[in-house]
Amino acid sequence: MTHRFRITIERKPGLSDPEGATTRKALIDLGFEDVEHVSFGRIVSVTIHASDEATARSSVDEMCEKLLANPVMETYTVESES
Amino acid sequence: MSVAVVVFPGTNCEHDIVHALDLIGVETELVWHTETDLSGADGVVLPGGFAHGDYLRTGAIARFSPVMSEIDRLAALGAPILGICNGFQILCEAGLLPGALVANRDLKFICRHIHVRVESTDSILTNRAEVGQVLRIPLNSYEGNYIAEAIDDVENADLVVARYSNPDGSIDKQGNPNGSTNAIAAITNERRNVAAIMPHPERAAESILGSSDGMVMIESFAASVTAPLSA
Repeated sequence: MTHRFRITIERKPGLSDPEGATTRKALIDLGFEDVEHVSFGRIVSVTIHASDEATARSSVDEMCEKLLANPVMETYTVESES
Repeated sequence: MSVAVVVFPGTNCEHDIVHALDLIGVETELVWHTETDLSGADGVVLPGGFAHGDYLRTGAIARFSPVMSEIDRLAALGAPILGICNGFQILCEAGLLPGALVANRDLKFICRHIHVRVESTDSILTNRAEVGQVLRIPLNSYEGNYIAEAIDDVENADLVVARYSNPDGSIDKQGNPNGSTNAIAAITNERRNVAAIMPHPERAAESILGSSDGMVMIESFAASVTAPLSA
């Protein structure tokens, strides 16, 4: 059975995020003075064959730990889209 | 002695380091990233470039290339392992060095000569240099901005090998081209046999290149290959 997951990977809070900081400044320059924080992440969609969702999710978690996210600087969340 | 220079798909600085090591008589061998036996190597260099297209994150895919398990093994034996630029990113992804490298502070690719100040001579990159020595070498990267969650641990263990500086050796925001935390340009591991630097000493290894300041780092690495740390 096919299972689809949407993985959101984000920079850990407090670590330098030049894209977020630069974009926040641009938003403030545009008149959005109240913007407190902007950060960037990435979305990864994974479709996987597995007997059930729990098995598939466990594989996806392992993928995140090993490759898709860098635990040194990123956190991730996994949502089922099946 | 022989140094394995690892080539991933997208590596593009392998001949620069081969040439620099050749200038001082160090034998090298280019090794494709699928190699699974580096038992003939006394040292390893991971050169600069864009391994696996820098897809996902710089170094993230290279970290799982077959050759990396051999590099893990050699590192555990105490062999000198040097990363330059993309090689720095790969060694961080592989967990052989602490921290990570992210986009430059000003979101621009930087390609120019900068200055670094040597902070420690207890590394395979600086054992022939002097603390406080300022070297003018080229930087050539977009993801050169060093970060580490446990930056205090990195500092307290004296893992910082070199920092970006002004020509006079002073350190401030102006002398830090990419916004690296604490202006860190090069680090080592606690065992001090794995080290990496973001700018390119091998591209400043003879005066015809505009600077020969990087040669002291190449000579340091060569010295550590000749006399590897005890296992």
